[in-house]
Amino acid sequence: MIDKRVGSLPEAVAGIGDGATVLVGGFGNSGIPVELVHALLDEGARDLTLVTNNAGSRETDVAALLREHRVRKIICSYPRSSGSIWFEERYRAGEIELELVPQGTLSERMRAAGAGLGGFFTPAGADSLLAEGKEVRIINGRRHVFEEPLHGDVALIKARKADRWGNLVYSTAARNFGPTMATAATTTVVQVREFVELGDLDPECIVTPGIFVDRVVRVEGS
Amino acid sequence: MSGPRLSLTDMARRVARDIPSGAYVNLGIGMPTLVGEVVSPDKEIIYHSENGILGMGPAPAPGEGDPELINAGKQPVTLLPGGAYFHHTDSFMMMRGGHIDVTVLGGFQVSAAGDLANWATDEVGHPPAVGGAMDLAVGAKRVLVLMTHTTKAGTPKILPLCTYPLTAAGVVDRIYTELAVIDVTPGGLVVRELVAGLSREELQERTGARLTFADDVVELVPGAV
Repeated sequence: MIDKRVGSLPEAVAGIGDGATVLVGGFGNSGIPVELVHALLDEGARDLTLVTNNAGSRETDVAALLREHRVRKIICSYPRSSGSIWFEERYRAGEIELELVPQGTLSERMRAAGAGLGGFFTPAGADSLLAEGKEVRIINGRRHVFEEPLHGDVALIKARKADRWGNLVYSTAARNFGPTMATAATTTVVQVREFVELGDLDPECIVTPGIFVDRVVRVEGS
Repeated sequence: MSGPRLSLTDMARRVARDIPSGAYVNLGIGMPTLVGEVVSPDKEIIYHSENGILGMGPAPAPGEGDPELINAGKQPVTLLPGGAYFHHTDSFMMMRGGHIDVTVLGGFQVSAAGDLANWATDEVGHPPAVGGAMDLAVGAKRVLVLMTHTTKAGTPKILPLCTYPLTAAGVVDRIYTELAVIDVTPGGLVVRELVAGLSREELQERTGARLTFADDVVELVPGAV
């Protein structure tokens, strides 16, 4: 019997090793898999590369990983938001590498990885400093920059409901990067508010089919 | 800066007049969000938010709403009947793929050729951040920039060439400031509207790039835009 449900947060993040590339869902404070990130902190992996839109806020989630020196590099579109004190601290001290990526490029690079593509040309950023060192090509009269796929060893995301096959539905704007990240990682781990029976999710409305999901864990009230 | 000028509300109202009913619109963070507050209720406009919302509605009543339903500026919002949620890759497909009719962006600098600099200054010591600015600037069908005409120190922000790092080259269609409405055309910058009481020479003095004036420059009257 296929059953992707695991009973605890430590089981959900088990096996994430030092040096792993971890995709972390969320935009601002919306859709962040806070409990999974804290479980990763407890699990102890170091030297991580994090792929995430923002660099955390105050003392929780991604900011806690930064505070505890677990992160070697962050691939991010907007690391500088209110309360991102630990990112700024580590960045100023030269203790963390930042790869800045336009937000749409960040998402599309993960889509390319999930779709088995070797990258893509985009006009976003092609006229900017962020294109330095990258291949630029004129397509239909416009500059485009080549962007490589971005694959994760693990994705940590948050959804609203899952069944034992790992089918997912999300909650309002908390969906954000989840469906793309789920496709782009070797192991996709999802925290959900609720488990439901097979068949309870309307097949017309399943957002992420379970083929993209490896482990689901229930976090009450999340 | 002293002298005749439009208020922020006037500026937002002026931009709002140029947004047609039925448009899919993305308003940038900061000054552009004011535009949504002054659009005529006669128009039906569908607002897009980069984090996966079409049909975004106003802020919820205090204490109500869904804490995860936020806009690009991370402020709580609502969803109108008919609205939809989608994931980030689809959201940026809408932006980059030319499906958004109008975007209103803030600007640090705009060049005579419509180059936009609105993501980084030359300040040192701060980590850089870009967000969705570049995707929106290259993708929206019409890019409107709403900004002050000069910096607080009086330095022009409309220049022959941007000195700050570019967001995107040749993308701006129209500039709205407290002094004027200026089109970016293949022939350079053309002033369409000018605040009442300001001479053409005074406007040029506060502008780094060379301006030409339309045959029928319209007067912008503060408080009556």
